[in-house]
Amino acid sequence: MKEIGPGAMTTISFKVNGGLVEVEVSADDRLIDVLREGLRLTGTKEGCGVGECGACTVLLDGKPVNSCLVPALQVEGREVETVEGLAKDGRLHPLQEAFIEHTAVQCGFCTPGMLMSAAALLRENPDPTREDIARAISGNLCRCTGYHQIMAAIEDAARRIRAAVPETSEAEGAAGTPEARRE
Amino acid sequence: MEIERYDTGEHDPREEFGVVHRAAKRVDGVEKVTGKARFAADLYFDGMLHARVLRAKFPHARILRIDASEAQNAPGVVAVITHEDVPGAKTFGPVRRDMPVLAFDKTRYLGDGVAMIVATTLEAAEQALELVRVDYEELPAVFSPEEAIAEGAPVLHEDAPGNIVNHHKVRKGDMEAGFAASDVVIEREYRTQFIEHAYIEPEAAVAVPNPGEGSVTVYGSIQNPFTARRVVAEVLGVSLNKVRIVQCTMGGSFGGKDDVMSCMCARAALAALKTGRPVKMVNTREESIVEGYKRHPYMLKYRVGATKDGKLQAMEIRILADGGAYASMTPFVTWRSVVQATGPYEIPNVNTDVHGVYTNNTYTGAMRGFGSPQIIFAHESLMDELAAELGMDPLDLRLKNGFRPGSVTATGQTLDDHAVSLVEVMQKAADAIGYREKRKAYNEAARRAGSKKVRGVGIAASYRGVSLGGEGVDATGAIVSVQQDGSVYVYAGLAENGQGLRTIFSQIAAEELGCHLEDVVFMDTDTSLIPDGGPTVASRSTTMGGNAVRDAARKVREMLLSVAGEMLGTSCEALRAAGGRVFVAGRPERSVSFADVARAAYSRGELMAAFGWYKGPKVWWDEESGQGRAYFTYVYGCQAAEVEVDTETGRVKVLKVAAAHDVGRAINPATVEGQIYGGVAMGMGYGLLEEVEMARGVTRTQNFDEYLIATSMDVPEVMPIVVENPDPYGPYGAKTIGEPTCELLAPAIANAVCNATGRRIRELPLDLEKVLLGRSLKAARGRRGSEQA
Repeated sequence: MKEIGPGAMTTISFKVNGGLVEVEVSADDRLIDVLREGLRLTGTKEGCGVGECGACTVLLDGKPVNSCLVPALQVEGREVETVEGLAKDGRLHPLQEAFIEHTAVQCGFCTPGMLMSAAALLRENPDPTREDIARAISGNLCRCTGYHQIMAAIEDAARRIRAAVPETSEAEGAAGTPEARRE
Repeated sequence: MEIERYDTGEHDPREEFGVVHRAAKRVDGVEKVTGKARFAADLYFDGMLHARVLRAKFPHARILRIDASEAQNAPGVVAVITHEDVPGAKTFGPVRRDMPVLAFDKTRYLGDGVAMIVATTLEAAEQALELVRVDYEELPAVFSPEEAIAEGAPVLHEDAPGNIVNHHKVRKGDMEAGFAASDVVIEREYRTQFIEHAYIEPEAAVAVPNPGEGSVTVYGSIQNPFTARRVVAEVLGVSLNKVRIVQCTMGGSFGGKDDVMSCMCARAALAALKTGRPVKMVNTREESIVEGYKRHPYMLKYRVGATKDGKLQAMEIRILADGGAYASMTPFVTWRSVVQATGPYEIPNVNTDVHGVYTNNTYTGAMRGFGSPQIIFAHESLMDELAAELGMDPLDLRLKNGFRPGSVTATGQTLDDHAVSLVEVMQKAADAIGYREKRKAYNEAARRAGSKKVRGVGIAASYRGVSLGGEGVDATGAIVSVQQDGSVYVYAGLAENGQGLRTIFSQIAAEELGCHLEDVVFMDTDTSLIPDGGPTVASRSTTMGGNAVRDAARKVREMLLSVAGEMLGTSCEALRAAGGRVFVAGRPERSVSFADVARAAYSRGELMAAFGWYKGPKVWWDEESGQGRAYFTYVYGCQAAEVEVDTETGRVKVLKVAAAHDVGRAINPATVEGQIYGGVAMGMGYGLLEEVEMARGVTRTQNFDEYLIATSMDVPEVMPIVVENPDPYGPYGAKTIGEPTCELLAPAIANAVCNATGRRIRELPLDLEKVLLGRSLKAARGRRGSEQA
């Protein structure tokens, strides 16, 4: 981690959604400030500023973190993934597909953070129970949905990803086929 | 009594639909899962400034002097704005114009804004706040309605002696005779708490001045764009057409982004016009909780009489509502309370008084439920208490007195023109939870000594007036505009708040036009593009706005069918439009595509857009007697809860909830279920977890570390039961779902806890202390704890 004095600025470089970026930051800047203000990746939301609501969840080296609690200086040389990086080559991630199909989105403000927590879960645990899912998103507050359709969507996305595993390269393609969809 | 019946149209009798009555995907799903949806805080403009608000230092104080000279000269500061910069009205309010956009004479709660710093960066604005000097003369304050109405209490507003915001009443029958005819009379007192909307997106707005015109555009997380427009125009002292409000994607509202957003929009607009640059304002969570209005705490006294076989004879109700510092929606919120306060029961003699009262607490206003969650907690607790007194089962007592077709409400309204489905929803919810078997079994289990965890079941039922009722003008509009390639725009005066309005309105447009849902684009609500259609409140969108969209789409369809008739060589009466094609009824091979019809209509110079308007059926209300046709139709709902209480810790775990709601017709069953899941979670929070603790005007719970809402680990198993009895007024028979879902669970839980433990808790929330000790240990509401001394 870089060290600088109060009020001073320094340049850090890190990877965001696979691409290397360089941004100027101060000691006060949080990761969420860099993402939203600096890089205009506004998909990451700020709901509470104290790490309680989870709307700002991003992945830092693959682990979910509240980006409102991470000093920007700490991400030097590391890898950040945001909701903007979930869809690949114009194809929605199976989680994104499932969220739409299960009506897991209402106002949508918690959705990016929710998706990132879910993405982290499914990488660690491709076959989670409802309990595992509830625990994984328990740091992501949602006021609209009551969580049930979100949990169903994550369960379904896990199923789709598992079904697509034998042909890894077609993971997202398989998830998008009608057979994989819950009607 | 005059009743206007809505033309139910040729579509209503059929059960088969093309686009509506189906679980369509949300039309805004993709933008929301990809992070592309633009919320107000996501907007950036060149040269944009940031503004922060200095808030009151005392909950009640006279402002003697504001000295901003030092702040004015601080680095990065472009302008300091106080009430002296307000060119138009200094105050606003939906009923009483009592709320200052920036405080000028007094502060009345700690969320009042006293000055605003506009600076090049947020940090500069924040730092300069400390440099504004305000001299106050602190005034005595009141922190509960009881204190506020006491003789000699300090008065908040000079034009409201005794701190009374309003008084509503219902007078029906002969109370003396009613109680005389009763074998059993019980009297109970209930209390409810302040709660927070807790939308995850804090309030945000960006005002952009339009150079040379003296006009401004405000983008924001605004629940009711037309209300915001009126306030901004009045504060700026300009006509309505100089203010354009564009609603951004809303990160939840639940009634909460109304007055507080009108105020933020007005402040941002003032700053934008003063500086000539775009100005962004975003509340922190702490500001959002301190400034934003809350759900009213109620103190409710009920006296009820019944014969020994359980027939209700009389009900006397006295309610005090804590309105906080400003009237906001208190007169309307308490009006819904007075209408519905008896619950869905036939009672020949009713006497109800509801007073809204000013205090120096955070002001209270619209929140999902709007005056119903409080009274339902009371009357549904009361029904169980009365049943216990009578030795009856609580469900049987409800079934005995519950509304049926032709029943007369407390306000004298005969329920004879819609399906009165109270009994149906009660039975469905009770059956789904296994109420009768479990109630008996758990009662017996509870009596067994030594068990640490005990279970119980409870139910609660309600009726709810749809839309605004006697509150005021109830009409709204929509535009459906077909393009030459067959794609469609829909504009509406009502706005998406996250609930799914875009999807519902798009479905209705597609159903009527016969095009595909994918061909419809719902445009952002923009006050410059569509006439004022009233607010998106009172669960009125589907019923009111849905009818307006339908009206517009039908007008366009008529034109398109006449063109298609010429193309197919047949009369337009013989034609049907569905699935993206127009075809001859019974001969689907004789058809043209919707897009081809649109192209042909365009080339013939036809008008391909229409404006639709829907005015709600007549309602009336007599303020003196509290009698009238309060709402044009009602919905009926019942929720049943099964709980487990840990008798060692007081923890209540809700295991299962059955939620039966008559929605008339589910335009989109998937979003209806979403409303039920969400409403149940919010209702559970109200019952068990949530309380904005206010100690002598100071908000103690300022963020989600202390203000607890349900997480994924807390929510119970939910069985949504969607009951459909099509309504004569709603589009395709659709009524409403948003609010009824969150008004029932708190009393169902309280009743289940009583079933489990034998302990009746008459004050929300049912937190650990109340369940374990029977009383609260919190310093809330300024009436307990050391600060009170």
